[in-house]
Amino acid sequence: MTTAPVQAAPATVARTARTADRQPGARLVTRDLSACYGGFVAVRDVNLVIEPRAVTALIGPSGCGKSTVLRTLNRMHEVAPGAGVSGSVHLNGQDLYAPEVDPVNVRRTVGMVFQRPNPFPTMSVYENVVAGLRLGGTRRRRREHDDVVEEALRGAHLWHEVKDRLRRPGASLSGGQQQRLCIARAIAVRPAVLLMDEPCSALDPISTLAIEQLLASLRTDYTIVIVTHNMQQAARVSDTTAFFNVTEPGGPGRLVETGPTARMFTAPADPATADYLGGRFG
Amino acid sequence: MGTTPRLDPALATSPDEDASRQVLGPAERRGDQVFRAVSRGAAQLILLLLAAIALFLVWRAFPAFQANTASFLTTTAWFPDQDPPVFGIAALAFGTVLTAAVAMVLAVPVGYGIALFTVFYADRRVGAAAGFITDLLAAVPSIVFGLWGLAVLQPHLGGLGQWLNTYLGAIPLFRNDSGLYTKSILVAGIVLAIMVLPTVSALSREVFVRVPATHVEAALALGATRWEMVRASVLPFARPGMVSAAMLGLGRALGETIAVALVLSAAFDVSWQLSEPGGNTFAANIALKWNEAGPIGLSALIASGLVLFALTLAVNVTARAILARRARFSGGAA
Repeated sequence: MTTAPVQAAPATVARTARTADRQPGARLVTRDLSACYGGFVAVRDVNLVIEPRAVTALIGPSGCGKSTVLRTLNRMHEVAPGAGVSGSVHLNGQDLYAPEVDPVNVRRTVGMVFQRPNPFPTMSVYENVVAGLRLGGTRRRRREHDDVVEEALRGAHLWHEVKDRLRRPGASLSGGQQQRLCIARAIAVRPAVLLMDEPCSALDPISTLAIEQLLASLRTDYTIVIVTHNMQQAARVSDTTAFFNVTEPGGPGRLVETGPTARMFTAPADPATADYLGGRFG
Repeated sequence: MGTTPRLDPALATSPDEDASRQVLGPAERRGDQVFRAVSRGAAQLILLLLAAIALFLVWRAFPAFQANTASFLTTTAWFPDQDPPVFGIAALAFGTVLTAAVAMVLAVPVGYGIALFTVFYADRRVGAAAGFITDLLAAVPSIVFGLWGLAVLQPHLGGLGQWLNTYLGAIPLFRNDSGLYTKSILVAGIVLAIMVLPTVSALSREVFVRVPATHVEAALALGATRWEMVRASVLPFARPGMVSAAMLGLGRALGETIAVALVLSAAFDVSWQLSEPGGNTFAANIALKWNEAGPIGLSALIASGLVLFALTLAVNVTARAILARRARFSGGAA
């Protein structure tokens, strides 16, 4: 297992993701993808195709490696100490783990929303949304920022709730609003792909509903990958479902089966999938 | 709804009050009472000690204030045992603040830099080793720093003084009209900087490792470089702690005695020229003069100690005030 280089050379995953002419969505393909933490292999030999402009749900019991797979897709996995990745992830044909690819640029192209809402606590709502735009030393005019903020907050279904308090601290919003603020922050840089790591697990049902409705509107523009513990949520929001499982105790997680969500929930090919989706374990 | 059994009037008047008390127990457990008494006592003891120290200083300094024939705050000379006694703290205060300022200017950025490196840049093992070594620096006795400054640093700093004079001489701080480059505030400041460095770096490192991983990941996932991540997530969160670290460092720099006493030439003058011989500090002056001082001399030294005490107190209060003002928007602990 090779350890991914933490700092790499010049950018090839272009910064074009931030300009207006990006293609909506992008196809992600993993090939023999394995990821480890220190000596522990969390997930092994994942071959997964993630289609553009669709929602792909990664489901499975705890410890099956679904979150780890998600974090390999924008090279956040290697931020953890001792973490390593082997195999490849291709974004529209380009290998994200090629030696000349700078992970910083990968993350500007592949946005991420976390389990717990994590707006920057010292920044206002407005500053949180433009935080990604201010990275990389690009200076823009105020008006441009104002437009991006409104567009991103509208896109995150948050504009009407916060338009009169853009200067208030982001941390002053409710949990569900904070999570939508984080989504606004992620889409403000116009990424090709949006990764969501159990985005609703810390939220109340009303906020969860708001986020699920948001996903339905975002899927026309983005490639969305969502990790969820909630099978009903996967059934509601996703087009494709990938089921991960641990086949031997203490062993690595594996991708058991993937397919259109409707088929996965009605006629899964693998008995383990049927057992999990039927609530017989996990 | 919402009433505790203790407040329930029905229960309070109930005939089997004792029985219910046995089930519910007393309102406060014995352990809590003891703990509360101990911690309150400790807090009060600190205040009491502080007041006692202040009182002692004022009481012992009083004869000197009475005997002094010059202005205590503006006089630079120090002849308390003369007849009539003439002394003041102007030179001491100036030297103390200036050496501490030199030390802070040099040590604070480097201390923060070391801490940032060990936590966010270095490989985990390298970072831990570097942190351990800077911590070791804090354990070196100050007399060793003083001797090292005197014997090793001083002979090598003449060149630095000359260079500053040649190229930056237009700035009064760096000019040197004497042609002498030893026993200067610059040397003392550098020695102090090295002594303060581990304090600043160890304390700010403690703050940096407490930055929540979610904040760090928020920035990295947006495509922040390390430095952008540090600016967006680490510094806002850590700022109060970083100010505290600098203030504790400043406290050490202001109060450091023996290293400064060894390095400086103990002159009572006020000169902005850092690289020239001269300068003195409260603490060094007390250490040097204590054994040879007469009754008024001792009292005068204690009076200067009182000023140092007030100065460090003022530094800490100011730091607290700054932090309190900043805390409004930071939501720091969240």
